[in-house]
Amino acid sequence: MAQDDERVPAVPGPPDDWEAPRERWLSTVVRPAFGPRSMLLEVVARMLIPAILVFSVYLLVAGHNRPGGGFAGGLVASMAFVLRYVAGGRYELAAGIPARPPVILALGLLLSGGTAGAPLLFGEPILRTHTWHFELPVFGEVHLLSALFFEIGVYLIVVGLVLSVVAALGARMEAEEEETRAWGEGEVR
Amino acid sequence: MLPALIALHVAVAVVLPPLAVRLGPRVFLVAAVPLLATAGWALLQLPGILDGRPATASVPWAPELGLVLDFRLDALALTMVALISGIGSLIFVYAAWYFSASERALGRLAAMMVLFSASMLGVVVTDNLLALYVFWELTTVCSFVLIGHSDHRENSRRAAIQALITTAGFGLLMLIGFLLLGQAAGTYRISELVADPPTGPLVPLAVVLVLAGAFAKSAQVPLHYWLPAAMVAPTPVSAYLHAATMVKGGVYLVARLAPGFADTGPWLPLVLSFGLATMVVGAWRAMRQDDGKLLLAYGTVSQLGFLTVLAGAGTPISGIAVVAMLLAHGFFKSTLFLAVGVIDHQVGTRTMSRLSGVGRRMPVLATAAAVAAGSMAGLPPLLGFVAKEADFEVYLPGHHPALSVAGSSAVLLVLALGSVLTFGYSARLWWGSFTTKAEVAERRYPSAGPAFLAPVVLLAAACLLPGLAPSLVDPLAQAHAATMPHAAAPDYHLALWHGFSLPLLLSVAVTAAGLVLFANRERFYRLQSAAPRWPDAEVAYHLFVHAVYSTALGVTRRLQTGSLPLYLTVILGTLLVVPGGWFVWSLASSGLHVPMSGGDWRLWDTPVQLVLALVVGVSAIAAVREERRFPALLLLGATGFGMCGIFVVHGAPDLALTLILVETLTMIILIFVLRRLPARFASGARRVGWPRRLTAVVCALAGIFVAGVLAASTYARSLPPASVGYWEEAEHAGSANLVNLILADFRAMDTIGEITVLVTAAVAVASLVVANRRTGGENGGDEGNGAAKPVMARNEPVIGREGHETSTGGGHGSG
Repeated sequence: MAQDDERVPAVPGPPDDWEAPRERWLSTVVRPAFGPRSMLLEVVARMLIPAILVFSVYLLVAGHNRPGGGFAGGLVASMAFVLRYVAGGRYELAAGIPARPPVILALGLLLSGGTAGAPLLFGEPILRTHTWHFELPVFGEVHLLSALFFEIGVYLIVVGLVLSVVAALGARMEAEEEETRAWGEGEVR
Repeated sequence: MLPALIALHVAVAVVLPPLAVRLGPRVFLVAAVPLLATAGWALLQLPGILDGRPATASVPWAPELGLVLDFRLDALALTMVALISGIGSLIFVYAAWYFSASERALGRLAAMMVLFSASMLGVVVTDNLLALYVFWELTTVCSFVLIGHSDHRENSRRAAIQALITTAGFGLLMLIGFLLLGQAAGTYRISELVADPPTGPLVPLAVVLVLAGAFAKSAQVPLHYWLPAAMVAPTPVSAYLHAATMVKGGVYLVARLAPGFADTGPWLPLVLSFGLATMVVGAWRAMRQDDGKLLLAYGTVSQLGFLTVLAGAGTPISGIAVVAMLLAHGFFKSTLFLAVGVIDHQVGTRTMSRLSGVGRRMPVLATAAAVAAGSMAGLPPLLGFVAKEADFEVYLPGHHPALSVAGSSAVLLVLALGSVLTFGYSARLWWGSFTTKAEVAERRYPSAGPAFLAPVVLLAAACLLPGLAPSLVDPLAQAHAATMPHAAAPDYHLALWHGFSLPLLLSVAVTAAGLVLFANRERFYRLQSAAPRWPDAEVAYHLFVHAVYSTALGVTRRLQTGSLPLYLTVILGTLLVVPGGWFVWSLASSGLHVPMSGGDWRLWDTPVQLVLALVVGVSAIAAVREERRFPALLLLGATGFGMCGIFVVHGAPDLALTLILVETLTMIILIFVLRRLPARFASGARRVGWPRRLTAVVCALAGIFVAGVLAASTYARSLPPASVGYWEEAEHAGSANLVNLILADFRAMDTIGEITVLVTAAVAVASLVVANRRTGGENGGDEGNGAAKPVMARNEPVIGREGHETSTGGGHGSG
């Protein structure tokens, strides 16, 4: 390449990689958890993960009147992370989660426990539910239950739990296998 | 005021550890403050108590349940408070000079001693049996920590555990006794129980159980072994807990209950036999000791037996005797402990055969110890003599209503024998510790400072003064005696001189025999060495502990074999035997009515159910028969998804949604694990022959049982479903999803519990990862590590497979 540049004088034009995509399908160099790399899986992951996460939030909010709720929503959201892990491996998983699993767990328990205990501060029994009605520009009339915050806590806890398990059984074992493999190869040589 | 004083102790205990860093051993002076406050307050109550008006307080605990904590300070309790707070504060002052600044964990030591003081105060002033039990066990726990103060030494830890198991174990028996008494009487208030003792077939049993706990705490034979072992604790701790206060807990309880229960069948035989045996055995053992502290420990065992005999009599004179003897013993025993502590601290040993000339170097200490030892031996004009006169009076023939002349004489004779031995070991202790012996070289050591000696001298004065003026103690003793039944009591007062009476004669005889014994001590020691050693309950204790360990090991080895099929067989077998047996029995006895025909049985609601059932059934059977792991997992997933379909058909979309998600996640996670396992089930892992048939039978029965229970339980409903009222509530809450409303609102408390379990599980998983990381690190380099080996063995097939696939490690795969 460098030699070509010397022979041919610089002609103003597009840079060499002008037609190349600007980013990868996934955010890290992909080292899948098992098997060879699958471009199809990567593309599907990239396309689906945002939709899955939005759907999980929908389930969380819709739980009040339709099937769903914090538990189901949390499971769906963790499915998105599992998909990311299966497609991209443990570095991809680490790049994709907003905080370490214990932090997510702690936040969830804090939120649920706080929602449960907050009525005590106002002299009401524990877990008393409050409803607020207000108008939002697009959504129209909305009524918000304090139970929603409780559900968000459950949602976070489920996500944190699944991430912990995936980190333990998936990512950690993967790293160990790599170690063992490296050690085994070193032994042969 | 009483609860406030106990709270003051706790509050001071909390600030002691940080203070100890700055003050060093002088922190014990701060620690003495709550004790002094208590002693001062108790003194102010004295006039009222002497008039028979105990100070009371009550704290509502859970008034809705009728639980009220009652406190009551009467004459007996005040006697104990004099020991706990009065002697206690002197011992604390002593401790401020006893410990060096380099002593480890001084703050913890001081705090625990104050906490102990609070618990002991609680034991003697509470008027509720259950509260007494709680305070009682708190003293046990404090004692455990204090005995194990030098927790880097094994014998210290062992002695602490021994004391804990012995006293707390028998404390549980005592709790059962308390519950029986409380149920029989309908009240747990001690004052009401004693005033109106319950009757019934269970009351004698309750008395035996309560006495068992009291005897263990007060180190009665054969449970006395823990007390000498506890002497590994620092001397102030031994003087405070194991001489003056805690071991008197049992005696206190006996004295507290005696007015109400001394007439109960087993009471007097038990109290007399165990008390007298303890008195003689303890004194006999004390004569053999060369270590001053151990001699005092066995002496304490002996005196505790003596006190139990007195406290258990339950007559007015015994009330007088017990108060006098409690005080006398508290004073002389703590003086002697502290004196031996001073010798140990200054000279560096307390072994009597290596001490010489201590009396000449420390005359003040020798005098104080002489006064205390004289009091212990029962010499006039000391408090010990006054108390002992009263003690003999209790069991004079005709003075105890339940004893014949022969019985009383026998008891008196054993008491006198014990007193002779007591005289013997008192003399031995003083002689061995303070005299100048020609054959022992004198050591060089600094003499003790006045502040260090002051508590010893003050305590020795307390042995002397009430002896010279018994009227100092007499009113208190009379106040306690007035609470005893048998109101027609002979008029008896504590005094030095009662005229020529049988007790005086006994005292003279005991002193004379004691002098003879001491003069011929060498011959006596030879006799002791020749006598066989008495069997000891300590052997039983060790056998018991060993049996617990070996049973636990045996059970673990048999049950935790690491075989998953075995675990499942045990679980399913239990399911089949216990609830399954009950189910079959209630079907057979028609306790459970299931109409087999004519009921609402239908094959299906829609034919879709049949299809789904076929999917579930076929994939389940196929999963069992599958030889490869991965297809087996997929088939297992198929059963789960079939279940989801059944939920959908039944109109439970929430349940179906959740199950689909859980099922999917479970499969993915199982696939993670499957990577580490061989592709096929190894032929060795499958059961063959009879085990296989057993597995099949157990699994089939478990399935039939679950199906049967489900079918029967739909007919067993006797109340309307709990969900009926929820519909209205749901409309009120404006929600259409009842399941979610139950989870997040109606039963949200359950959900809180469940998510806490989830978080705990996640934390456990994370901890396992951390634990794994450590062994994982060793995995790479250190193959010789035993723990790492199984992991390596499991990894082997994975490595081999990888080698073949990438064809870079062919040599490794074959090798």
